[in-house]
Amino acid sequence: MLHLIVFLVFGAICVAGAVNLLVQSHPINSALSLIAVMGSLAVEYLLLGAEFVAVVQVIIYAGAIMVLFVFVIMLLNAGAEERTKGSQVALILGVPGTMLGSLLSAWVLLRHSGTRSVHVGAMPGPPKEIAQLLFHDFLLPFEVTSILVLIAIMGAVVLAAHSDSAPQPRKEG
Amino acid sequence: MVPLSYYLVLSGILFTCGVTGFLIKRNIITIFMSIELMLNGVNLSFVAFAAQWHTLSGQVFVFFVMVVAAAEAAVGLAIIIAVYRTCDTLNVDQINLLKL
Amino acid sequence: MTPNLHLWLIPLLPLIGAAINGLLGRRLSRQAVTGIALAFCGAAFAMALGVAIQFSALPLPYTEALAHWIRAGTFQADFAFYLDQLSLVMLLVVTGVGFLIHIYAVGYMWEEGGFYRFFSYLNLFMFFMLTLILASNYLLMFIGWEGVGLASYLLIGFWFTKDSAASAGKKAFVVNRIGDFGFLIALFLLIKHFGSLDFDQVFRLVQPLSPEIASAGLLTTVGLLLLVGACGKSAQIPLYVWLPDAMEGPTPVSALIHAATMVTAGVYMVARSHVIFERAPIALTAVAIIGTLTALFAATIGVCQTDIKKVLAYSTISQLGYMFMACGVAAFSAAIFHLMTHAFFKGLLFLAAGSVIHAVGGEQDMRRMGGLRHRIPWTFWTMTAATFAIAGFPPFAGFFSKDAILFKAFTSPHGSWVYWAIGVFTAFLTSFYMFRLWFLTFFGEYRGAESAGHDGHLLSGAPVSHGHGAIHESPKVMLVPLVILAVLSVCGGWVGSERFDRFLAPVFHRLEFKLVAAPAFLDGPHAVMPPTPEPNTEGPSETAFTLISVSAAALGLLLAWLLYLRRPQLPQEIAHALGGFYQAVLNKYYIDELYAVLFVRPLVDGSTKILWHGIDQGVIDATVDHGADAARKVSDSVRHMQSGNLRSYAGWVALGAGAVIGYMIWIGAR
Repeated sequence: MLHLIVFLVFGAICVAGAVNLLVQSHPINSALSLIAVMGSLAVEYLLLGAEFVAVVQVIIYAGAIMVLFVFVIMLLNAGAEERTKGSQVALILGVPGTMLGSLLSAWVLLRHSGTRSVHVGAMPGPPKEIAQLLFHDFLLPFEVTSILVLIAIMGAVVLAAHSDSAPQPRKEG
Repeated sequence: MVPLSYYLVLSGILFTCGVTGFLIKRNIITIFMSIELMLNGVNLSFVAFAAQWHTLSGQVFVFFVMVVAAAEAAVGLAIIIAVYRTCDTLNVDQINLLKL
Repeated sequence: MTPNLHLWLIPLLPLIGAAINGLLGRRLSRQAVTGIALAFCGAAFAMALGVAIQFSALPLPYTEALAHWIRAGTFQADFAFYLDQLSLVMLLVVTGVGFLIHIYAVGYMWEEGGFYRFFSYLNLFMFFMLTLILASNYLLMFIGWEGVGLASYLLIGFWFTKDSAASAGKKAFVVNRIGDFGFLIALFLLIKHFGSLDFDQVFRLVQPLSPEIASAGLLTTVGLLLLVGACGKSAQIPLYVWLPDAMEGPTPVSALIHAATMVTAGVYMVARSHVIFERAPIALTAVAIIGTLTALFAATIGVCQTDIKKVLAYSTISQLGYMFMACGVAAFSAAIFHLMTHAFFKGLLFLAAGSVIHAVGGEQDMRRMGGLRHRIPWTFWTMTAATFAIAGFPPFAGFFSKDAILFKAFTSPHGSWVYWAIGVFTAFLTSFYMFRLWFLTFFGEYRGAESAGHDGHLLSGAPVSHGHGAIHESPKVMLVPLVILAVLSVCGGWVGSERFDRFLAPVFHRLEFKLVAAPAFLDGPHAVMPPTPEPNTEGPSETAFTLISVSAAALGLLLAWLLYLRRPQLPQEIAHALGGFYQAVLNKYYIDELYAVLFVRPLVDGSTKILWHGIDQGVIDATVDHGADAARKVSDSVRHMQSGNLRSYAGWVALGAGAVIGYMIWIGAR
């Protein structure tokens, strides 16, 4: 019972944060509400027993990625959004389409996924077990993702570097 | 006891909000954040299924998703900075150099 | 043991000459081109002579199969050659006269551009003509038939940069084609009803049939269609209009193709198909009527022409009419006899005319000639021989053959006094206009410009003048063939029509046609030859006919002398008196204009409006254009999806993803 209440409370916070992200006009507010979403998601993971994932969520997602977002927002001095005329396709087709799809999915899921319940802490995920999997069964993806991260770092540095390596026209007197 | 479907519905809601945000927001950073939101929703779904089927692979996969999300976020934000330098705006409607 | 004559070499040798000259001639010297052309043509003539020498030792008809060609079910046609008396006569005439004309042409065309091309075409013509003559089935003959039409087109339009020459070549080919259409339908009928196109096989099947009289049946149809083909090739009414225009070609071409050989192909074909014609009296009558009418018609036009070559062209048409008239009264050997003598004197007439034109530096209008007989004596005397031959004076060649035709026209069971009477009148006209030409060209005073040689421009059929001021005789290379042909024109008829008939009797009176098998070696009985039919008239009657035709010729000579030498102002007065009739004859009865209105104009207009604008532009081009247009319009509208707007892209992606998810849920939920 308690699980249900905890689930519902933090689920509500998730949804509220997500909706707030949509509603806010200044990106920094959207970023902060996203942090709130991530935090409550971590609690949901704990409810499911995935403690390592929950911690990693907080450290990586909320702690690194969102910080990166906030830095960029501050760097670019992003202001509040203006209302510009956007795409009609997105508004007319996309939004209702998405709504429709998600409602359909929700309906199907609720009708057909049965009454199987998930215990709290149903699948314990201690780091030791995860490491076992990571370094034995999923070694190749692990190594590949590490290369991926390396490439991402290099790419980010190249893209974001100042373009003063390009030859400037000499300003003669 | 929380039925599995509740987790899935929550995941669906988060995903939907992410897609909607992608479609209706005009600031490119906000759009990017909606992508992260979508990824989070998917992560929740993975962990829920991992719990149901009693396999840790779901959680390992979440791990990988997070790594990729991190890499993508880094590169994507670098691109946004580069685009901001050329087009001087963060409004996605005005970054339309690919127009035919 | 039958010797193998290698008949297939006779057409092939000129073909090789044509190929060598055609492909390599541009880089060879004139001497080399001449050598090649004359060598291969001469070799063909030599082989023909060899065949003639061996002729009496051969079992006849002699056939030789070269290669398989068509085997389709029960129908079969091969590359096979056939030799009998008829083909021998044609072979000797074509190769002999052809070789002489080749020699002449060397001199005539010496200073022309495209020298190698001319001789290549000339050899090519020889190849096709020899194929036509030696073929043993209608299909191979048709190849030769078409081929000589092609060669004629190429040679008429030899100076193709000249509009009139190119048009003349085109006209010749198109009119020929119309005749060929009739020929083809006849061939199809033969295949359908007799299952073969081989001469002996077809004639063996036709032989036992009785003559069709009342209702026109198969044989009549075939005969009439063959006649259409022959009209096209031999320039009879109504398909003669190409021959006068064909005078645009060089004079040796006119001599060879349009006098001696190609135009006689129609007569040869009718003679070869005599078995069919003899059993289709209606067709035979049609042949006779067309021949007679053409002879008269062309002779009347020839009377008024002023261009020396045009006179000879109409004369050719008229003489071919005589040959057709002879065929039409079933006097086939008389027709072939006249074909042979005609080749001699008409070829000579054209070559001599070419010599005259060459002498006066390109002028072809007889009104500007005159008094040439002292300046170009050799040409004068040879042309005199030819003129007397064509007029039918004894003892020249034309007398014997023309007399034979006229006699047979009266006495033959298919003949009638009408043919004879028109024939005699036409003989009078022939004599008249030929002597008119003779007097105008060689007698009287010279009416042309004294500096006739300085005209540099190209007249029809004339070579480029080489700027000689004086009127001069032609070089020896041109004179020798003239002399040889003159000798033949004098002596060629001395073989006599009875001996000629006897010689050709095995062909025209054959009673039995055995099946010709593939190998060239023949066993079995030869064709049965009945005893030579005796002429069924008494002596004095025949002498009477001869006297009448000779006096007609003499009358023509007298009239021409009177009008063109004695009282030269008379023709003008007569022309004035006749007024409109004279104008009509002068303008060839406006037949060309009539054809233009009836056939050419509607065809060209129809083709332009319906086929070109309507179908080609309106349907085919429009389909392609509209197709492209539609593609462009579709892509234009789809292009708007590529707006460069990120959000619209995202919208489409979301829509698509939603559709896929919905589909998968729907599948999963069933």
